[in-house]
Amino acid sequence: MAWTPDQPIVSCKEVHKAFGAVEVLKGVSLDVAKGETICVIGPSGSGKSTLLRCINALVPINSGSITVEGQEVHDPKLDKLALRRKVGMVFQQYNLFPHKSALQNVMMAPVTVLKQDKAEVEQRAYRLLKKVRLEGKEQAYPGELSGGQQQRVAIARALAMNPDVMLFDEVTAALDPETVKEVLLTIRELAEEGMTCLLVTHEMGFAREIADMIYFTDRGVIVESGPPKDFFASAKDPRTKEFLSQIL
Amino acid sequence: MEWSWAFDWAREFYRETGINLTFVYDSFDRDRLARGFMNTVYLSLICLVLSVLIGIAGAWLQGSKLVWTRRIVQGYIQFFRNTPPLVQLYFFFFAVGSLMPTYENRFGMQEPMLDNFTWAVISLSFFAGAFNVEIFRSGIEAVPTSTVEAAESLGYNRLQTYRYIVLPLAFRVCLPALNNNLVNLVKTTTLAYAIAVPEMLYMANQIWSDSVNVPETMTFLLFAYVFLVGLLVWAMHSWERAMRLPGYGR
Amino acid sequence: MSRRAPRLDPGGTDLPVLLPAADHLQRRAVRERELGAAVPRLDWRHGAVLLAGLLVSAGLAQAQSGEGQEPVLEVIVRWLPVLLEGFLFNIVISFLAMAFGTLVGTWLGLMQISLLLPVRTGSWIVTQFFRNAPWLVLLFYCMFLLPFEFTIGSLTIPFPDWLKATIGLSLPVLANVSEIVRGAVNSIPSGQWEASESLAFNRRQILWMIILPQCVKRMLPPWMNLYAILTMATVLASVVGVSEMMTQAGRVLAAEDRPGLLIPIYSFVLLCFFVYCYPIARWTVALERRFQVKL
Repeated sequence: MAWTPDQPIVSCKEVHKAFGAVEVLKGVSLDVAKGETICVIGPSGSGKSTLLRCINALVPINSGSITVEGQEVHDPKLDKLALRRKVGMVFQQYNLFPHKSALQNVMMAPVTVLKQDKAEVEQRAYRLLKKVRLEGKEQAYPGELSGGQQQRVAIARALAMNPDVMLFDEVTAALDPETVKEVLLTIRELAEEGMTCLLVTHEMGFAREIADMIYFTDRGVIVESGPPKDFFASAKDPRTKEFLSQIL
Repeated sequence: MEWSWAFDWAREFYRETGINLTFVYDSFDRDRLARGFMNTVYLSLICLVLSVLIGIAGAWLQGSKLVWTRRIVQGYIQFFRNTPPLVQLYFFFFAVGSLMPTYENRFGMQEPMLDNFTWAVISLSFFAGAFNVEIFRSGIEAVPTSTVEAAESLGYNRLQTYRYIVLPLAFRVCLPALNNNLVNLVKTTTLAYAIAVPEMLYMANQIWSDSVNVPETMTFLLFAYVFLVGLLVWAMHSWERAMRLPGYGR
Repeated sequence: MSRRAPRLDPGGTDLPVLLPAADHLQRRAVRERELGAAVPRLDWRHGAVLLAGLLVSAGLAQAQSGEGQEPVLEVIVRWLPVLLEGFLFNIVISFLAMAFGTLVGTWLGLMQISLLLPVRTGSWIVTQFFRNAPWLVLLFYCMFLLPFEFTIGSLTIPFPDWLKATIGLSLPVLANVSEIVRGAVNSIPSGQWEASESLAFNRRQILWMIILPQCVKRMLPPWMNLYAILTMATVLASVVGVSEMMTQAGRVLAAEDRPGLLIPIYSFVLLCFFVYCYPIARWTVALERRFQVKL
């Protein structure tokens, strides 16, 4: 079954995931169309981050199905490299490689994993770092950058693989309020350029502004979803209402 | 030879001051000292390589699922960490050595299978290796799973993740402790004197016994060791500085 | 969310790159650099293993030796006065070397933070010199080059072997004490100096009244660890022929001429050291915990 761009680029169906006895995802279904920006919100421990990790095949699922561009992610015969070329991921804790400079962090994976031409990758890395407004910081090491700067390097690093989908796992949660803005700006630009983005976030204002769809998760299930206008104005489920009343 | 001026100077120096630097002008003593020096270097290098191998093997075995494997490694570390290296050396040479089979040499004499030098290598390698096991283990444990995940999400496979991310990071974390261990090892090679291994201290001892120039040889030996160890410490610290994770620690 | 690990240096960034194991390893490296050797870590099981080793090896030696031979443990008891007399030397040497080393080393350490460049450089050179010299070479140096007696006027003071060994062993100790002092003073935040200066204390007063009292906490555990290292190193004196316990053990073995005795006697020697060092080690750990000096 060949995938065509009018089908969902990421499609989760009845995903179940348990860590030991604790069931974290209890049948989550969610579709992302190409070019869409999806925000997943919800209280801590509701399985949002786990969902992203499952989409990137960092953790295996127990049952259900996840497809990316029509390809089953949890097929044991899956070429993980091909999947990870398509899906870029940015983490809450940035997870830059501290022994490499910003430029090297961006260049490493395309050069060593994809075996791309070094000179070409270097040009692309400079371009990407400029895009995330880190011109002049190419030679700095992660330890010498602020949290916001590190997070933007991490975004550039994920983009260097030329992914079709970007996953953002609470990327602003570890940052101080000053630097949150610069990271969000970068993500917004990406979304506006038509990159498919799947964000797990606590930034409600930001979600309302850029999301095409908002999903609310609680205790491993998707409780409610809808376009931001409807979602924030007229949430129906009591759990959603309670959550929103605490946040807003 | 172009060094003859130095030999002449040492002879002249002896005539004028009575300070007898036989290890400079006397070719026999000079050779002995050079041989001692080479043996010290040789001993240090072999023990360094073996102790690193022991460290890797031990760190790997410590991750074993078998309780007894882990206990044996732990017992090994505890023994070598908490006893004086001299006792370890005697233990290997006299106790274990006496249990080893002997063979008949070409003069019809019984000779032990392993010579003193080998026993020193075994003893010192196990001594330094015990510390390396702990160091390597902590080094690997220091790399968070989230960093490994980040590498995986960029498409690195298991081997590449280890090669490009985990091991380089772990190595940097280990380096200061490893260097301490190496410097310590070089200093500890002097103990091989106690079982008559012809390293630098032993050879110097022979020189001052034969040529009766204890203060001269002794002083030279002390300064030679301080210089060599100082050089090693300096080189290792420069290396550490170069390998430091920028932005972390001092 | 996921774990927030402590970072390598609180002053750096907010990125948790490395887990506590890295922190632990770094502290350990810094500490061992001050002490110039790895710190022994004794627990009661080591004593139990040594005792078991002694009994088992004695039993084995017993089984191997022929009829009518004296039981191994009785041999040890018979030689006990000789062995313990040797052990007394170990303790006395370690005590005196520590005392002398601490006295000189503390001054040397304070000189290392002097404002006068020549004093600072000079004491740094002396410290590094004795830190880099192998213990055994320093021991040889003192054994062979110190006179066997001193003559002051008509008074002749004998200078026995064990005293020379004490001086030889105190040299590396003083260098390491110097490093411990320097490290401790440098670990006090500069705010303490600034605050004291703003209260018009002079440098000497700041050092003795404000900085050093705070350092004691930090210095005591490494100082005690250094003592443990020194006590273990006193067996080196046997290489230069001082009649300490290892030497005596060798003499006992030579006198008895029973190969089976080797392991029991050595086990006994180690057991004596354990009995002496174990309480000190426990105390050190307790102090470390109390002063919250993380290992």
